[in-house]
Amino acid sequence: MPLYLNDDQAMMQDSARPFMADEAPVAHLREFRDKNCKDGFSHDLWRKFGEMGFTGILVGEDDGGLGMGHVEAGVVMEEIGRNLTPSPFLGTAVAGVTALNEAGSALREKYLPGIVAGETVLGMAIDEGGKHRPERIAMQAERAGNGFKLSGRKQFVLQGGSADALIVAARTGGAAGETQGITLFAVDKDAANMRMESARLVDSAMAAHVDFDGVEVTADAVVGEVDEGWTVLRKVLAAARAGSASELIGVGTGAMDRTVTYLKERKQFGRLIGEFQALQHRAAHLYSEMEIARAAVLKAQQLLDEGSDDAELWVSIAKAKAGITSDLAVREGVQMHGGVGMTDEYDIGLFMKRDRALAEYMGDANYHANRVAELSGY
Amino acid sequence: MSDLDTFRAETRAWLEANCPPEMRQPVQSEDDICWGGRNWTFKNEAQKQWLDAMAGRGWTVPDWPKDYGGGGLSPEETKILRQEMGRINARNPLNSFGISMLGPAMLHFGTEEQKKHYLPPIARGEVRWCQGYSEPGSGSDLVSLQTYGKDEGDHWVVNGQKVWTSYADKADWIFCLVRTDKENKYQGISFLLFDMESDGVTTKPIKLISGNSPFCETFFDDVKVPKDQIVGKENRGWDVAKYLLGHEREMISGTGGGDRAGSLGAVLAETVGKDDAGKLDDPILRAQLAMFDVDALAFTAMSERFTDEMKAGKGHPAQPNMLKYAGTELNKRRHALIMEAGGSDALEWESERSNEGGRPRSWLRTKANSIEGGTSEIMLNVVAKRILELPGA
Repeated sequence: MPLYLNDDQAMMQDSARPFMADEAPVAHLREFRDKNCKDGFSHDLWRKFGEMGFTGILVGEDDGGLGMGHVEAGVVMEEIGRNLTPSPFLGTAVAGVTALNEAGSALREKYLPGIVAGETVLGMAIDEGGKHRPERIAMQAERAGNGFKLSGRKQFVLQGGSADALIVAARTGGAAGETQGITLFAVDKDAANMRMESARLVDSAMAAHVDFDGVEVTADAVVGEVDEGWTVLRKVLAAARAGSASELIGVGTGAMDRTVTYLKERKQFGRLIGEFQALQHRAAHLYSEMEIARAAVLKAQQLLDEGSDDAELWVSIAKAKAGITSDLAVREGVQMHGGVGMTDEYDIGLFMKRDRALAEYMGDANYHANRVAELSGY
Repeated sequence: MSDLDTFRAETRAWLEANCPPEMRQPVQSEDDICWGGRNWTFKNEAQKQWLDAMAGRGWTVPDWPKDYGGGGLSPEETKILRQEMGRINARNPLNSFGISMLGPAMLHFGTEEQKKHYLPPIARGEVRWCQGYSEPGSGSDLVSLQTYGKDEGDHWVVNGQKVWTSYADKADWIFCLVRTDKENKYQGISFLLFDMESDGVTTKPIKLISGNSPFCETFFDDVKVPKDQIVGKENRGWDVAKYLLGHEREMISGTGGGDRAGSLGAVLAETVGKDDAGKLDDPILRAQLAMFDVDALAFTAMSERFTDEMKAGKGHPAQPNMLKYAGTELNKRRHALIMEAGGSDALEWESERSNEGGRPRSWLRTKANSIEGGTSEIMLNVVAKRILELPGA
């Protein structure tokens, strides 16, 4: 398979690019930030995502979706990144759907139609500390009667406060550090003994801390098999990491494009600052790194879609490389904008904020570089 | 099975049967690389056998047309052949500037007669070429070159000096940029071909910091070059040169650069040692290697994407400049890490145990990667100007 978008994927890009630029440009993010919206995103826009078919990209055709792959989802993610569009797409249509695709028909029928329609929102409850360490999940799910009782804390649950249900990773066996014994549950938002406290993040998205104080769920809420949740979680993590890597490519590209444009407009010493070689070389270096990162992300998504054994390694390469490169783009962006780069009025600072949040999402570059070393045997 | 699956299966079987075991070992030293040519001495029988087998199928240049000694393979088939060679770690049967540089330019600009005359001997490894571009006063500013070809009717008489001519002392022929019009800077250069045994050609190897002498100074003293030994039109050699530089940059970014699959950290962990948990037992070096592997493996994806896009006619024509920049900077990092991992063992310059200083000499050699074929700074200039379209660059 050649390493570029095929015709169908290019069509998806042709539809997503103008849609995002028209419906949800950076001004849209500002609007929802400035009115202090408790969701942090627009439900109307989410429904339009449904009308465009984006929400069903990873949903199988039998379940009413498009039955497409991670490359197509990545195409949408990149446009989201480029426009800093606030939406539940990554958590719900990428991570959440990947989990539900491993669930029985009852759970699929319960949630997938709403997701495809752009109505339902899911929150992914995986992290338990400030750093992403899914191998060390400790939250307990004790057997209780016919079902389970969940106790513990989760954090960085994006859009948790707006979610219709949470996908929760907990332990039905084993100890922190072991992959055996993890089970995934779909927990409805109104479950008793579940307390949520949402906080606005640096990029204006909302994320919840969730307390589970003996939350009871039935056996029907199990996503996949009991104790075998790691096989599901691995797929969810791979999907979310690949998706966020694409969003980082979008963020980095958006920041770079704005910066290059600024270099062609701003004059000092009677010249456009883009004439200065000191800035040209840094911009060219950034371009070069962005192109490499973009290729790595597409490679990872193609391998995921093929079901290759190398996919996990490449997803970590992609998330690390995209994270490092997008970070370079926003830092160079603010610096090359000079004083105005520090103002709220200019968009470049918003790119820096979104980049910071995405860097942490599902593991930062350090985490993933370490994984590359581990998966390579050193 | 699809046609491509059949092709893969047949290729795999043929390679298994025809690639000698010695040619499946990693390249250890310079003389493991087969360059071919009139004066070539094969290191062993296997090297010759492998070249003959591959050349017999046109697979030293799999994607060239069969009429010119190539294999006539499609881009997909070529990719499969490379993958299958990689699968058994088969060495490249023939390294050649004729293949990587002159060939593409000849295919694009040459006449039918020229293609039939010059290309098949390149494919068979019978004629070894070198490149006459840089001059003492014309490095990054190549277009200022002074070597002059005086028009004498049916031939030119060439006088001047080239420098950094790779393997000029071992090459049979040279493709050379020569000024044929002193009034026009860009449109006053011709792309000439001539035999290195012509009267008036002398070469002098340059000793480098690596202790090796892969480059030469090359002197032309009234060298006669017949008028039919020109690629493209008279005074339009700069077009050919630019086209060829794209291929050179692509090649340096790949074979000489960072385009190597696999983890460097995994290899160097064996050198440095591992702790009880199986981790490379120098945490800071391990972290540097992990970051290097991320960058280097991501770069292999970029190379793959570039190759695929070029075949499909997509992609920006100035992309090879960014590949050359990124690939050579990565290769310098690679060898710096190999030196760090090797410690004092990697300092040995003259000893059998160090393969006569393989590591330090290679490390020093890589410092040229970001200078030769256009410096990193020139590559960034080109990216800034042609891709980012920054002003006044």
